[in-house]
Amino acid sequence: MARRQKKKRQIKYFDYSLLFIIIFLICFGLVMLYSTSAYDAQLTFKDPAHYLKRQGFAFGLGLAGMFVISQIDYRVWKKFGNLAYIVAIVLCTLVLIPGIGIEHNYSRRWLGIPNSSLEFQPSEFAKLAVIVFLAAMISKIPKKMAKFVNVLKVMGFILPLFAVIAYNNLSTAIIVMGIGVAMIFVASPKYLQFILIGLAGAGGIALFLVLPSAGYRSERIQMWFHPEDYAKGYQTLQGLYAIGSGGLFGKGLGNSMQKLGFVPEAPNDMIFSIICEELGLFGAICVILLFLLLMWRFMVIANNARDLFGALLVTGILAHIAIQVVLNIAVVTNSIPNTGVTLPFISYGGTSVVFLMAEMGLALSVSRGIQFEPDTSEIAYD
Amino acid sequence: MEREEWTKVHNRKKIVLMFFIVALLMCLLVGRLVYLMIWGSVYYGGKAQEIHERERPIKAARGNIYDRNGVLLASNRTVCTISVIHSQIEDEEQVIKALSSALQMDESEVRKRVEKVSSMERIRSNVDIETGDKIRDMGLPGVKVDEDYKRYYPYGSLASKVLGFTGGDNQGIVGLEVKYDELLQGEPGKILTLTDARGIEIEGVGESRKEPVNGDDLYLTLDYNIQTYAMQAAEKVMEQKSADSVEIIVMNPSNGEVYAMVNVPEFDLNHPFTLTEAYEPEAGVSEMDALNTMWRNKCLNDTYEPGSIFKIITASAALEEGVVSVDDTFYCPGYITVEDRRIRCHKVTGHGSETFVQGLQNSCNPVFIAVGQRIGVENYFKYFRQFGLNRLTNIDLPGEAGTIMHAKENVGPVELATISFGQSFQITPIKLATTAGSLVNGGLLVTPHLALEARDADGTLVKDFREAYQLSEDDRIVSEDTSKLMQELLESVVTEGGGKRAYIEGYSIGGKTATSQTLPRSAHKYISSFIGFAPADDPQVLVLVVIHDPQGIYYGGTIAAPVARDIFADILPYLNIAPCTEKENNVY
Repeated sequence: MARRQKKKRQIKYFDYSLLFIIIFLICFGLVMLYSTSAYDAQLTFKDPAHYLKRQGFAFGLGLAGMFVISQIDYRVWKKFGNLAYIVAIVLCTLVLIPGIGIEHNYSRRWLGIPNSSLEFQPSEFAKLAVIVFLAAMISKIPKKMAKFVNVLKVMGFILPLFAVIAYNNLSTAIIVMGIGVAMIFVASPKYLQFILIGLAGAGGIALFLVLPSAGYRSERIQMWFHPEDYAKGYQTLQGLYAIGSGGLFGKGLGNSMQKLGFVPEAPNDMIFSIICEELGLFGAICVILLFLLLMWRFMVIANNARDLFGALLVTGILAHIAIQVVLNIAVVTNSIPNTGVTLPFISYGGTSVVFLMAEMGLALSVSRGIQFEPDTSEIAYD
Repeated sequence: MEREEWTKVHNRKKIVLMFFIVALLMCLLVGRLVYLMIWGSVYYGGKAQEIHERERPIKAARGNIYDRNGVLLASNRTVCTISVIHSQIEDEEQVIKALSSALQMDESEVRKRVEKVSSMERIRSNVDIETGDKIRDMGLPGVKVDEDYKRYYPYGSLASKVLGFTGGDNQGIVGLEVKYDELLQGEPGKILTLTDARGIEIEGVGESRKEPVNGDDLYLTLDYNIQTYAMQAAEKVMEQKSADSVEIIVMNPSNGEVYAMVNVPEFDLNHPFTLTEAYEPEAGVSEMDALNTMWRNKCLNDTYEPGSIFKIITASAALEEGVVSVDDTFYCPGYITVEDRRIRCHKVTGHGSETFVQGLQNSCNPVFIAVGQRIGVENYFKYFRQFGLNRLTNIDLPGEAGTIMHAKENVGPVELATISFGQSFQITPIKLATTAGSLVNGGLLVTPHLALEARDADGTLVKDFREAYQLSEDDRIVSEDTSKLMQELLESVVTEGGGKRAYIEGYSIGGKTATSQTLPRSAHKYISSFIGFAPADDPQVLVLVVIHDPQGIYYGGTIAAPVARDIFADILPYLNIAPCTEKENNVY
């Protein structure tokens, strides 16, 4: 009886700070995207707002999706975990087949949506699918995660998806794997196992990169250290020029020179270098702080989630965004070898935006499930 | 119930740990950014600046060249260069049609260039400004009209080898254009613009401009009228005598100012790379060599045997040394034997008994050989040096040739004999004119020159060259008495001797003729020449006429002296040099 009464007194919660941060990031992202792409869009499409319009459309779609999803009880999705995973594998396999997958910039990563000119990138969906799939699976067997064998088993489940994506998009596959590892790490009570996994992973990557047989990869390493000596290091070098010319406070919004065709992929992977050039170190740190704030909100929501499924969902989302932000900035600053990772909310890319907003919807939905119990002192007076 | 299921502390701890790992990684990235954007900003920012900036030079207008009276001899004309930028063309057919009709070019030729995929294709350069403006007014996208300066010489071939011309970058190539290149060139300005990755300039962003400083104008000692008279006289005699070439130098012997320097056949300065008929290359001569020959200023780039004009030098040395006096008598049997060689006089029958003065008037070789022997090798070389004959005149023109003279230790009696009447060694016409002029101007060695003053674009005097050419006693090469005596002796050559044909009624003119045979002697080619100055007692103008390979009569006194006479007849009144009858009434 007492319990029921208590429930009625519960305060309805919705994480407005998260919503505010998301909206702020979207607006900032659109401003930067316009600034970065207007010149090129004017030249290529005779419309400076070409990219802005498309991205705005994706955000509109995504925001609508986000609000719908945030209103649905997230526990509904538990049942769809396996289905999402299977669909992801099917789509990611389909995209590999020539004739079905659509190529842009020599990479076959897109699928056409029937009866429309829209295209869609299945690997973006796969990230969301992995989060839902793992959260659903682990939340069914929380106690078993203490055993290392089960940890390996769960990881084994995501290997097929990893392999299919890695076939032509290694960086996304690494992100998917990273999300998986992070979620399993949170689920398991152990530490040592993960330190070992981490070491093994690091060792594997090191070996993978250093092995002399891997000609193109060792070139990648050389390119990392001496981007100026390689034609392919052009992007990295131009990004560094952009960052370096920013200085403390930047050249001012809209005043980037490097965006005028010098930095390849400026509206996509390299947009952070243009932020640095226009807004300076100050602006760059603000952007990083904004992302950290976002992480913090995820942490708070995950820790206060109603159940393990919700906590794991938000953990996965946290891992996804954190990995992409860190990898993107690390690539742009040439801290790690070049690989194509977009900056969430800011880089140009419709599919990424739509699924990102879906993830935000999930996180908000989890936040709605948070129940604040009134203080015991209050109950005493009751 | 559900809630109890996941109050596992380790989950929460690990989520917090994960957050801090992310925060740590982000801090490391911030550290990297601080490094790149503060320590690296000079390097990377500089590199970025390098690829964004484009420096476009603005040409400075080259200074004009004027004669001593302000007649424009070299100037600039604005011309246009028409080019197309392929990527900016909207309607190719329209552009092809418009350009081919405006430029009167073949449509297929224009089409070839318009359709070529390149960043910028030049259609035609040196288009006159009116056509350029017309094309610009059409406002065709992708068609660029750039203005440029081109050197222009209003009088075409006048003093061509003296003025010289400029090359494609407006740099001087020969003549005064190269000698005073630095002065004429000015300082080019520049526009710094920013460009995007395709090299297209961005309007209004970070454009900085440094205005060019136009070159200074150069005023010459040349006189357009005298140069024109002299050129006409030279062309006339060249045609009459079918000569190879004729050089005429008109200068002021008292200060070295050159009034005219003619080298016919001249060439057209507006088309310096077109060989004129006279310079058509013979078989085996490359076009470049032929062009170089055409551009040569023979007054100072080439040497020749001066012949009897050099007797002025021998006479001056002998008088200065005191080994001969005007009344000394000599005997000419028509030849003289030096060692085992018999050297003939031009008058085979001989001049018989004659005084030194008559010897000079007759241009008698045996007399001068005897005088040379009196001077001796040692003294002859002393005077050769003293008169500056072993040095360059340092005229302000490029490529002056040096004197080709025997080494002193190789000079025996035969060599001394030939030197005495101006054979067996070579000097440039300008050297001869300068030395002879200096011997009769009172005895000071002048430096022949063409630059009078330099003025900037506003007309302000920047440099007065007269100061640099001021004469002092340090320049003395012969005593005033000897110089005065030479004036009188040389006047008598014109009034009574071989230079009669240079005589003009009412004027006192001094002069000396020469006829020299060129090497090889077997070719029987001659150079006839005459040097004259007026007024004889106070020389203000000196004329040297050198005719190469005249056909028919080749005696200097017969063909070169009348040319000088014609020039004097024209320029003496022009220079306000009064006839001597009036002059005798003057105070001095």
